Amino acid sequence: MFRRTLTALALVASPALAQETDLTIAIQLEPPHLDPTSAAAGAIDSVLYSNVFEGLTRFAADGSVEPALAEDWKISEDGTTYTFTLREGVSFHDGSDFTAEDVKFTLDRARAEDSVNAQKALFEGISEVNVVDPQTVEIVLSQPDGNFLFNLAWGDAVIVAEESIENIKSNPVGTGPFTFSEWVQGDRVELARNSDYWGEAPSLEAATIKFISDPTAAFAAMMAQDIDAFAGYPAPENLPQFEADPRFQVIVGSTEGETILAMNNAEEPFNDPEVREAVAHAIDRQAIIDGAMFGQGTPIGTHFAPHNPDYVNLTDLSPYDPEIARQLLADAGYEEGFSTTLKLPPPSYARRGGEIIAAQLREVGIETEITNLEWAQWLEEVFRGKDFGLTIVSHTEPFDIGIYARPDYYFSYDNPEFQELMATLTATTDPAERSSLVADAQRMISEDYVNAYLFQLAYPTVADARLRGLWENQPTQANPLAGVSWSE
Amino acid sequence: MMRRLAPGAALSAVFVIAALLSFLWTPYAVDGMAIANRLQPPSAAHLLGTDHFGRDILSMIMVGARTSIAVALVAVGIGMGLGVPLGLAAAARHGGLLDELIMRGNDLVFAFPSLVIAILITAIAGPSAVNAIIAIGIFNVPVFARLTRGAALALWSRDFILAAQVAGKGRARISLEHILPNVTNLLIVQGTIQFSLGILAEAALSYVGLGAQPPIPSWGRMLADAQTMVAMAPHVALMPGLAIVLTVLGLNLLGDGLRDALDPKLGEGRA
Repeated sequence: MFRRTLTALALVASPALAQETDLTIAIQLEPPHLDPTSAAAGAIDSVLYSNVFEGLTRFAADGSVEPALAEDWKISEDGTTYTFTLREGVSFHDGSDFTAEDVKFTLDRARAEDSVNAQKALFEGISEVNVVDPQTVEIVLSQPDGNFLFNLAWGDAVIVAEESIENIKSNPVGTGPFTFSEWVQGDRVELARNSDYWGEAPSLEAATIKFISDPTAAFAAMMAQDIDAFAGYPAPENLPQFEADPRFQVIVGSTEGETILAMNNAEEPFNDPEVREAVAHAIDRQAIIDGAMFGQGTPIGTHFAPHNPDYVNLTDLSPYDPEIARQLLADAGYEEGFSTTLKLPPPSYARRGGEIIAAQLREVGIETEITNLEWAQWLEEVFRGKDFGLTIVSHTEPFDIGIYARPDYYFSYDNPEFQELMATLTATTDPAERSSLVADAQRMISEDYVNAYLFQLAYPTVADARLRGLWENQPTQANPLAGVSWSE
Repeated sequence: MMRRLAPGAALSAVFVIAALLSFLWTPYAVDGMAIANRLQPPSAAHLLGTDHFGRDILSMIMVGARTSIAVALVAVGIGMGLGVPLGLAAAARHGGLLDELIMRGNDLVFAFPSLVIAILITAIAGPSAVNAIIAIGIFNVPVFARLTRGAALALWSRDFILAAQVAGKGRARISLEHILPNVTNLLIVQGTIQFSLGILAEAALSYVGLGAQPPIPSWGRMLADAQTMVAMAPHVALMPGLAIVLTVLGLNLLGDGLRDALDPKLGEGRA
């Protein structure tokens, strides 16, 4: 009794010692709306993935695929029928039960003719979705797909309910460990702990995700401790300062972001493989990593993440050698060099990297006219309009080498051989065979010099030194907060 | 009265000379990057240090002065070239429809904050030094038009103008032969002030990424690039900032000094 009083007194007397139960974490980009199943914007997943919304499967922190709303599954002999057993006792935040009907609704909506899902290709192989009973759903594929469980883990494949779909863009209702409480546009999204969560309850009671796009403001907010953490800290040059400060911890993880100098393969002069090869040799990757990212990043020689076990290091195919580059340009008929455009989106890897690349290309006789674009303009002009010569961008989707099989994709690489290879890969389920096909794919685009492959984007997180459980790496764009807690 | 003119002229001259010199010589090439050499503090080899790409900041500021001066000069030229004739015409037709049209048109342009016009133009036509010049030039037009009209109106009631009218000269001819020479002093003073404002506007536009595009060095962009590095290498932000402050200060002092020297009214009183 006496002891209990003392404890109570201590709690009253020193509120500063009380366990902190809320978190303010900042990210750079604000989502355009809050429906991950109808937009390509990665910022939506940065806020909601595994916090508010969950899929049948999900990515774990190490990038592996683990069961989420599906407890278990069986795959038929021929690899075309997946039978999922759904977790029991799961409910949406609005109180409605999660059942097989919701899975059917979600997948049928995503693969429908008029679906606006940004990754419709993920669902292309599905031929039907059958509700067996409320806890069992059967998905029939038109052909075996070795990637199917992986595909279902994407943020674009999270389960939504028909009852709440109408207002999903402003009021997302999912099954995750946090419920959505408020979105103050231009500033923050607030989440609260879901007390009915099916899994282990999160240790945080509330989480605020703030949007700070300006690197200088990010630095100031972190230094003043207005925010507890910044995931994807935008100014690598400040990291040493945070590292030296005992109040903070700096976690540098990897991302799925292959940062590339994309070339317009459909237009002169980049329709000539020799010119593309020349560009690849003209570029000094290490100088770009040092100059633009202050040393953060791993050089890559193909469109594949180095931390993936199937990665093949092909940087030797395009070592930095201005002499070879000049020779190749001469062979291609550009002794005098040529001029082209270099359109740069806002992140510092692009803006600073662009200036360095422009200087390196000038060395071999390629003059570039740099245009700095905002994201909306970049999407309009470059990504959709294909009006560019060169551009720099980081492709942050996991396992996205498949974009090279899409001739209408912005860099317009049209190689039937590669498209066939990708089709074979999709239809292959044997892991060893898949690995060798993936290696072939990496080699093919690297030998074709489709784009100049620069480096794998690092993912720096600056956080309060007492925070535990933040995702170190970004196997997909996400900041799951269920496992985050304060130490001491 | 030389108290302002001399230091103003000297400061301005330093930057003009630096800009002109940069055509022939800079300590280092501004497009040469030496990443290993980045963020060096001022030293004998690099008088003002190096930036985040290892470029020499002194060389960048010299070439940047060229960008600033060129943009501001052409912008003031546009403002004068359009504004002065408009102002003369409005004064010549004082109270008439033309006067109303010109001055209300000016009010319209004047009503927009200058940077908003600049952002509008660059948003439509894309960011570049040329568009920055046009943007800054356009908001100079009403400044010169108003100034010219105001000064010209005062002159139109003077006796020597009456004499010219009696002699049979037309309004256009009087404007050119008698009004314009008498407002030139004012225009030179205002031109200097607008020139310094033009340099500020160019720096502001470049700072937000709407001015000269890389690799053309520009003071505003040097500042923008440096802002996340202030904590570890303050000189990278300090140097272009000082360049802007000193140039604008110099031009303002020069403008004030010129006004004192050229304004006949002030001159009579003080001499």
